[in-house]
Amino acid sequence: MSDKLIFEHSRRGRRASAQAPLTPAVNDLPEKFLRRSPPLLPEVSELQTVRHYTRLSQKNFSIDTHFYPLGSCTMKYNPRACNQLAMLPGFLSRHPLGPESHGQGFMSCMYELQEMLKAVTGMKEVSLTPMAGAQGEFAGVAMIRAYHRSRNDKDRSEILVPDAAHGTNPATATMCGYSMREIPTGKNGDVDIEALKAVVGPQTAGIMLTNPSTVGVFDRGIQEMSRIVHSAGGLLYYDGANLNAILGKVAPGDMGFDVIHMNLHKTFSTPHGGGGPGSGAVGVGDRLKEFLPLPVVGKDGDRYRWLTEADFPKSIGRLSAFMGNAGVLLRAYVYMRLLGRDGMQRVSENAALGANYLMKKLQDAGFELAYPERRASHEFIVTLKKEKNELGVTAMDFAKCLLDHGYHAPTTYFPLLVPECLLIEPTESEAKEDLDGFVAAMIAIREQAKADPEIVKGAPYTMPVRRLDDVRAARHLDLRWQPGAQN
Amino acid sequence: MSDIPADLKYSSDHEWVRMQDDGSAVIGITDHAQGALGDLVFIEAPEAGSIFASGDAFGVVESVKAASDVLCPFGGEVLEVNSALDDTPELVNTDPYGDGWLIRMQPGDAAELDGLMDAAAYEQFLEKEA
Repeated sequence: MSDKLIFEHSRRGRRASAQAPLTPAVNDLPEKFLRRSPPLLPEVSELQTVRHYTRLSQKNFSIDTHFYPLGSCTMKYNPRACNQLAMLPGFLSRHPLGPESHGQGFMSCMYELQEMLKAVTGMKEVSLTPMAGAQGEFAGVAMIRAYHRSRNDKDRSEILVPDAAHGTNPATATMCGYSMREIPTGKNGDVDIEALKAVVGPQTAGIMLTNPSTVGVFDRGIQEMSRIVHSAGGLLYYDGANLNAILGKVAPGDMGFDVIHMNLHKTFSTPHGGGGPGSGAVGVGDRLKEFLPLPVVGKDGDRYRWLTEADFPKSIGRLSAFMGNAGVLLRAYVYMRLLGRDGMQRVSENAALGANYLMKKLQDAGFELAYPERRASHEFIVTLKKEKNELGVTAMDFAKCLLDHGYHAPTTYFPLLVPECLLIEPTESEAKEDLDGFVAAMIAIREQAKADPEIVKGAPYTMPVRRLDDVRAARHLDLRWQPGAQN
Repeated sequence: MSDIPADLKYSSDHEWVRMQDDGSAVIGITDHAQGALGDLVFIEAPEAGSIFASGDAFGVVESVKAASDVLCPFGGEVLEVNSALDDTPELVNTDPYGDGWLIRMQPGDAAELDGLMDAAAYEQFLEKEA
């Protein structure tokens, strides 16, 4: 395998004409700010550049090439239409500092996106500005904090987080200055209500819930939880990681949530391979409206305008220079417009149908479900404890072997409360024959493990690289290329 | 079956405790715990002099699979931290009861140690958990 880095193709003086520097148009920069040495950039020909990145792209294991049932990540198809329309020249050429009068088209899209998100989540106001899910979470809990402070309610120091919540929730609570208290999950997959009652109190600022949770079931106790936390003066935060499961069916606003973040890059199908860019829009109920992060798009008559600190003096502030990841927001906007209300319901129906079909087929094939008595929401957990004990092959071995069978591995070893688990989310995009193919691959791997477990443990065999040493990679971080470090 | 030395005390969070002659106690995670976590890649330890109550998280053990808090089996002051783990966290995997110890503490109230399990009780506890 071992392709060179683009830097290792570099030879002094080599140029790609498309990227060759122009004669500087600005020549009045003060002398003291000019750099003395050229930046460390690769000097390569255009053909070398094209070949390098084309080869890399051919190694992609992506939703465009393979079934990608990565639980909790909602790796659904990204329709080409969304990309095409978001790339219209009027959008691409718009300068973020351009006057409002020149951006009415873009602003109308953002306004309508806010309105559609409000309608589908049951929230009262939406801000699109957070740049990713983590920032959306941060904005949400920062608003909870601002709310308590504005009421001079300063002793609330704790955020409650169920152990089946999304993994980033404890980090968010901590980043916002709260201490985190974990609530256990009962055997049926719902939050343990008695445990919640035992720890809720005047110190409770709020609870962060993912519903459906990361164990792939809809928490049936949500109304009771909402009552318990609200009556103690706390607020409810909805992590939108699994919104795809309930889209157009149940609104978090109706479940009693005060604030929600949505991953537009999951539920609303903008590309999110390779870490982004994402979009973590936030929605709020009446209690938190005045704290929203800015800017928000408002409408006066038939004119759109940016709402700023003058409109929201208690805002938690700005999280990005302009309107979040505008190109991502546009793609989500087109996706929602193409689907409409009925289409959004079909998304969650087909996501649930696909997950339950796959779950049943795997169960019939003898794989053990973590919550066999529950219907899957849009994802579910298989535990390979038995395969590990009897055959000596782990969830990670299955994951690596699936790659050789042409399937991206599901999420492995998460959530932490289920041993040897695969968290499987097929999404609504997949055809029945692809789901059947995945089941056949799982069966084939198990048969292989019975015949010769060493073969499964040695997988993958057909990928550009074999089994990576993730332990060594984590123990000896080596992330920065330096000239002369290789060759 | 995991290794459970007879001369140690155990907590339900899979820490072991070894009493020293001077009244202090060495704490680590059990063979079962290191096996469940897998290869450790990072260990976050407290500073000597830190004070913890029983049940407080005093550190974090991180593997490629998971990061887990390590909880104080009793309250007291941290006297010493195993600094060898900064560069070689794998000692917890290879020698959990020896070179892979985590911290040494001075218990604030020795009576808190009475609540810990002996080796036989911990073995039963593991069987029940499985």
